[in-house]
Amino acid sequence: MTRHIAGRFGQAVVATLGVLTIVFFIMRLSGDPTLLLVPEGATAEQIAQLRHALGFDRPLLVQYGAYLLDLLRLDLGDSLVQRTPVFGLVAERIPYTVALATGALLVALGIGIPAGVMMAVWRGGLIERALAGFVLAGQSLPTFWSGILLILLFGVTLGWLPTSGVDGIASLVMPSVALGALTMSTFARMTRIAVLDELSRDYVNAARARGLSRAAVVARHVLRNAAIPVVTVAALEVGNLLAGAVIVETVFAWPGIGQLAIQSIQARDFLIVQAIVLFVSVVYVGMNLLADLAYALIDPRIRMGG
Amino acid sequence: MTAPALTVENLSLSISGANIVDGVSFAVAPGEVLALVGESGCGKSLTASAVMRLLPDAIRQTGGRIRLGSDDITDWPERRLRDLRGQRMSMIFQEPQAALDPLARVGAQIAESLRLPRASARPRVLRMLEDVGISDPARRIDQYPFELSGGMCQRVMIATALIARPIVLLADEPTTALDVTIQAQILDLLRRLAVERQTAVLLITHDMGVVADIADRVAVMYAGRIAETGPTEAVFARPGHPYTALLLASIPRLSDEPKSKLAVIDGRVPAPAEFGPGCRFAERCPLADARCRAETPPLLPVAGNRLAACFHAGRVA
Amino acid sequence: MKRISPGMAVILSLLAIFALAAAAAPLLSPFDPLRQSLLMRLRPPGAMVSGKLLLLGSDDLGRDLLSRILYGARASLLVAALSVSVSLVVGTLLGMLAGWFRGWTAILVMRLVDTMLSIPAILLAVITVAVLGPGFLNLVLVLGLTRWPRYTRVAYAQTLQVATLPYIRAAEMAGCGPLRLLLRHVLPNIAGPLVVVATSEFGLMILFEAGLSFLGLGIQPPYPSWGSIMSAGRQYVARAWWLTVFPGMCLFVLVLCVNVFGDWLRDRVDPRAQGR
Repeated sequence: MTRHIAGRFGQAVVATLGVLTIVFFIMRLSGDPTLLLVPEGATAEQIAQLRHALGFDRPLLVQYGAYLLDLLRLDLGDSLVQRTPVFGLVAERIPYTVALATGALLVALGIGIPAGVMMAVWRGGLIERALAGFVLAGQSLPTFWSGILLILLFGVTLGWLPTSGVDGIASLVMPSVALGALTMSTFARMTRIAVLDELSRDYVNAARARGLSRAAVVARHVLRNAAIPVVTVAALEVGNLLAGAVIVETVFAWPGIGQLAIQSIQARDFLIVQAIVLFVSVVYVGMNLLADLAYALIDPRIRMGG
Repeated sequence: MTAPALTVENLSLSISGANIVDGVSFAVAPGEVLALVGESGCGKSLTASAVMRLLPDAIRQTGGRIRLGSDDITDWPERRLRDLRGQRMSMIFQEPQAALDPLARVGAQIAESLRLPRASARPRVLRMLEDVGISDPARRIDQYPFELSGGMCQRVMIATALIARPIVLLADEPTTALDVTIQAQILDLLRRLAVERQTAVLLITHDMGVVADIADRVAVMYAGRIAETGPTEAVFARPGHPYTALLLASIPRLSDEPKSKLAVIDGRVPAPAEFGPGCRFAERCPLADARCRAETPPLLPVAGNRLAACFHAGRVA
Repeated sequence: MKRISPGMAVILSLLAIFALAAAAAPLLSPFDPLRQSLLMRLRPPGAMVSGKLLLLGSDDLGRDLLSRILYGARASLLVAALSVSVSLVVGTLLGMLAGWFRGWTAILVMRLVDTMLSIPAILLAVITVAVLGPGFLNLVLVLGLTRWPRYTRVAYAQTLQVATLPYIRAAEMAGCGPLRLLLRHVLPNIAGPLVVVATSEFGLMILFEAGLSFLGLGIQPPYPSWGSIMSAGRQYVARAWWLTVFPGMCLFVLVLCVNVFGDWLRDRVDPRAQGR
């Protein structure tokens, strides 16, 4: 168990380091990162000054080392536009995105998992076909379109829900649904496969031969076994939900990190963009690690072995 | 002979029109072990599923009755059947480790057959674990299947099957996946429990060695039909069907190989779509003649309290 | 060959219609998609302007929506096709090399794959486009160069398997060079699963292009893309619903068709994965 966790932890550290490295190089893809940070119409002298101030005139390896050291101290630099530390600017937006992602995750889990279970249990029936169509639609919906449609229907036409901004729980409903639709489909598909896999196992027959109804076998045995693959997907989806916030927050004017990222790109405030990408990726890696730990809790073979 | 605990009469099963089990009949008395023996695909496992009323969706029962004690359960609704399963009839499987939920403690799985609250089930589960020969039951009861050996898992399966004292136990290849030494122990255990508890055991196997070890009577199945049935000793001493004779000839002497392979018989079992009007064994039979290919031989009494479905029963072996 | 079901026939025809509409956009468009006209601003679908029908209405700058959607289909399909090609080639090559040489090559490549996959795709695309600047070519390159890892995983696993086949080993003994061997003998063996991945990526690329254009990071105005049409139409959602509903509907139906086609293809290539 300890070895298992230590191994996974090591992998997460390597993945994080890899992410930091990739972002470092992407920021330098255009050749000169200084150009990303100066306001338009800056003179060559101003640019040179800034380049020196930010240390972009040092050798690449030195820059890389300094970058990693700064990150280790959670120093993400200062916003050149707002003249305050990036860390604070991003941190104050995080709760909004977390709230949105949580809402979307609830929508996705609440609909996706029951839908997946039903598709597996009633395989080949009318219910499966109907749900499969629903899942396919959710998978093909562009979030910005479904978002706008929701605004048009519930905000503009019916006037039931606020169209944008933050105004209590009600304003979280539409963005959560729009953001959660794709994840819902992923959960439904994964759950269906996992449950079908488990339903074909011998222990299902054995439990039925013991007098359990199909429903009881699913509830008591199949669901727990099927949860193992679904948990991994759930962890990965949290990262995708945070990333998907970029679009949904723009549609609904939701003041989370997604909206901040787009605003910062428009304002050429790239250190903020970099910080957001790093944050989401680290959460992504962290969620993967959590999924591995969750495995261990569900599965005694891992909990007790190695 | 006492009234049978399980009676199967003229059972016929088909899959998409092809008739895969054809008029199979047998009865098992309390405390008796009947071995249903045949090659894989002969319909013996499906017969067991039909008895449990747990046939796969694709397979239909086209005829026959199943009686448990004096109850004809053939047309019982699922709800009533659920009350029978695990209580009056139960089943154990080939791969004991696969037949147990890997994420549930073995004690909890055994207790499922009891339909009692967890706390009141526990002493009975402990006693049952002891009965199936598991040492240190107090520790084992809270373990997971992966912590137990294959043989121990099969003992646990037997415990789940017998704890509610059913009158019929179906055992589908219960030792095939186990080591030879463990095989013998499990067979002994089944035999002992059957006698002690007066359980009727229907043992499904492909292994004549297993039949010789444990069965009181044997029914040999070939391509969905019973070829021969009778007391084990009588059948072994003087088979009344050429297929039985060939099966017996294929048993390894002095166990020179751990598991007997039946594939040594020339030819192969015909597919259900290829079944002709005559004896289904005719294509592989050394004694077959024109009549065998044209007419189905009926299951008729032969010497030694046996029945055989062969026109040449007198000339076998 | 299994017969094609009626449902699948509908999907295939729809896909063909999208492809044709994109290819023949200049012939089919009733108006120049870029020509602005203050007299024609925000006309509803079906409006007549100086004897010409605005079938789907017009946008805030008086441009015909139908023409813009037709040209938008071009942008969508072209970006998706090109970026999928880039990532397919890059990903497959890396995967085959890793699977063939194993050892350090494989460790390096597969580590890179894992790392790329730990940055959520849309964010990776957003930051890269933001650094390089928007535009058609950058869009294709960014999508192509950030989406290769999935192909690499598949190509790697498949190559590992295929490389042990006797006739591959025989060709190697016969002095066939690794690149030639991979392209001539290994690639045909592993093409099926790669095409399946490419199809599902194609749908994703269409969504990414639209999403990035919606955010202002893709196709730049005045050139039409479904995403940018919707982005501009968003401000008028209460007054001119058609500006968001029609392009979004096209996007939805196209992606749906691609996804259904992808599932169908996968079930054929790998029957065991039925319905996965």
